[in-house]
Amino acid sequence: MDQAVLNSFQIGPDEDGRFGIHGGRFVAETLMPLILSVEQAYRDAQNDPEFERQLRYYQTHYIGRPSPLYFAERLTKYFGGAKLYFKRDELNHTGAHKINNVLGQALLAKRMGKTKIIAETGAGQHGVATATACALFDLECEVFMGAEDVVRQKPNVDRMRLLGAKVHPVTSGTSTLKDAMNEALRYWVANPETHFYIIGTVAGPHPYPEMVRDFQAVIGKEAKEQMMEAEGRLPDALIACIGGGSNAMGLFYPFLDDKSVDIYGVEAAGHGIDSGLHAASLTGGEPGVLHGNRTYLLQSKEGQIADAHSISAGLDYPGIGPEHAWLHDVGRVNYVSATDEEALVAFQLCSRQEGIIPALEPSHALGFASTMIPEMDKDKVVILNMCGRGDKDLGAVLPKLDERGLL
Amino acid sequence: MTGRITKTFEQAKSNGRGILGVFVSAGDPSEEICAATLDALVEAGADMIELGMPFSDPMADGPAIQAASLRAIAAGMTLEKTLKMAAEFRERHPDTPLILMGYFNPIYMYGRDAFLARAVAAGVDGLIIVDLPPEEDVELCDPAIAAGLDFIRLTTPTTKGTRLTRVLEKAGGFVYYVSIAGITGTKSAGADSIKAAIADIRGATDLPVVTGFGIRTPEQAAEASILSDGAIVGSAVVEIIANNIDEAGTPSPEIPQKIGQYVSSLAKAIAAK
Repeated sequence: MDQAVLNSFQIGPDEDGRFGIHGGRFVAETLMPLILSVEQAYRDAQNDPEFERQLRYYQTHYIGRPSPLYFAERLTKYFGGAKLYFKRDELNHTGAHKINNVLGQALLAKRMGKTKIIAETGAGQHGVATATACALFDLECEVFMGAEDVVRQKPNVDRMRLLGAKVHPVTSGTSTLKDAMNEALRYWVANPETHFYIIGTVAGPHPYPEMVRDFQAVIGKEAKEQMMEAEGRLPDALIACIGGGSNAMGLFYPFLDDKSVDIYGVEAAGHGIDSGLHAASLTGGEPGVLHGNRTYLLQSKEGQIADAHSISAGLDYPGIGPEHAWLHDVGRVNYVSATDEEALVAFQLCSRQEGIIPALEPSHALGFASTMIPEMDKDKVVILNMCGRGDKDLGAVLPKLDERGLL
Repeated sequence: MTGRITKTFEQAKSNGRGILGVFVSAGDPSEEICAATLDALVEAGADMIELGMPFSDPMADGPAIQAASLRAIAAGMTLEKTLKMAAEFRERHPDTPLILMGYFNPIYMYGRDAFLARAVAAGVDGLIIVDLPPEEDVELCDPAIAAGLDFIRLTTPTTKGTRLTRVLEKAGGFVYYVSIAGITGTKSAGADSIKAAIADIRGATDLPVVTGFGIRTPEQAAEASILSDGAIVGSAVVEIIANNIDEAGTPSPEIPQKIGQYVSSLAKAIAAK
């Protein structure tokens, strides 16, 4: 698909769930009736003003939306280039953007008469958000999490338990996020009548990538209005980090057809792309089929899925949402990367300059921003999605900052 | 020309019994032992072989087949070698139906058309690709049928009404009824629920129907072959491999023989009914 012939980038997916060659419904037959019923229920909900009213109510009174668009004045001075704004989704209830999507899907599950919820989680942010919504709506909650992550992210595991969720440590495969997703899908296959699977990112079989994007697009819609109010114009650039890519898709989507806006998605480069130890599916992967969709995947030439590597458990996934894969193919979004090291430096910098402790995920976005923004003119304006707060990462980050003399 | 799959079902029917299909993961625990296991299966009375194409993330499979897949990959198995193993099996066993079973990604990476050409040349009879529902027929199902391979469909307790019709529209060879809603190798289903589902399937197709998922004992295999046209056993077989690998990771050379004994007990139970 040639960029020049596209009138709009807000056209996907088609009725088969495709974004270009990406997306689709690559699942076992057992799941097909479920996925078709989720799609039907979502279409009904989209046409129901009452669903929209409920969603807005909880966004406002429970999540605390709209999240502020904040001018990061000291960092702007520090970089000495474009004006930097943060979209403060780390101020949401539960401390990240994940709750935007979870509330939407939980309301949908209730509409469908489901009483039990399944979720996968890596760093635990999506798991905590899901456990939170399940407490709020009186739903049973089962969270699948790689056994290693259960140990590394103990505070989030404790939060989920306190909220009433059952956490299943996953020991199959390589015990990471991809295996947690495999196990959640297996569990869903075995319990199709009673359970609803709340996928945490813009991936999985159709209609999940579209649905999660729609629930997250509130980030970009608000940011656009807030930027008009603050600067009287559109931003010149958007920057967001990408694991599966839900916070990025949420910020980017409402701006896709604003051609003057340059868009940057930042993948996790781990120890560096050349090291082979990274989580940059677009930069270092090839199209393949996993978890219900075709997209860029880290894999061997034989088609076996490789392990992703990132200091951030939330970016530690060998795939990426299919809409990002398509936006990469058509060239609308620039996909770049930041290493563990760059993220660590940005983590400390943001804490010291702005009094905002960022999660390791948006620290990657800031790591990239710190190379780009100083090169931009001072009359340019950039929005960075501050999609999560960093309290959860202190255990992993502090010893590393200490080693580097950054404390 | 009547294919091997059809002939096998017809022959079994004329003998008044169902067929026995056995799954093993190609290259588990090694290429050599796996090839010997395939011979042992035919010798022990398996009517049809399902050869698994190992994949790192088999999302519809339970722990036993996941482990089998990972063992094979660790031992160096690739799709190229699986196709070679299939071709060599065909030279030794001209009449036994051979089906390749797995997930789409390794085929997609290998190249669809190259894969289909190699599979046909190797004497493969059909494909079961777990993560390709009818919605994705253009990916592999349509070109596989054009190449002369049967595209075998799985149906499940959740496949009902118009969905069943859709799933069976292009189905070839036989219908694989997954008797439980769940992953491979977990619990097994009750006779009444199987009976009702098989009747529905027979209303929608003339193809033979076999039952699988959760069959472990000779009694269960015999019962499945009475309720439908045959039984498929997988997890219970690959568990024999898992149980015959020592702590150093060295597989016992007796694996083919042990699997042969087990499969022989299933074949006898089916024949006796």
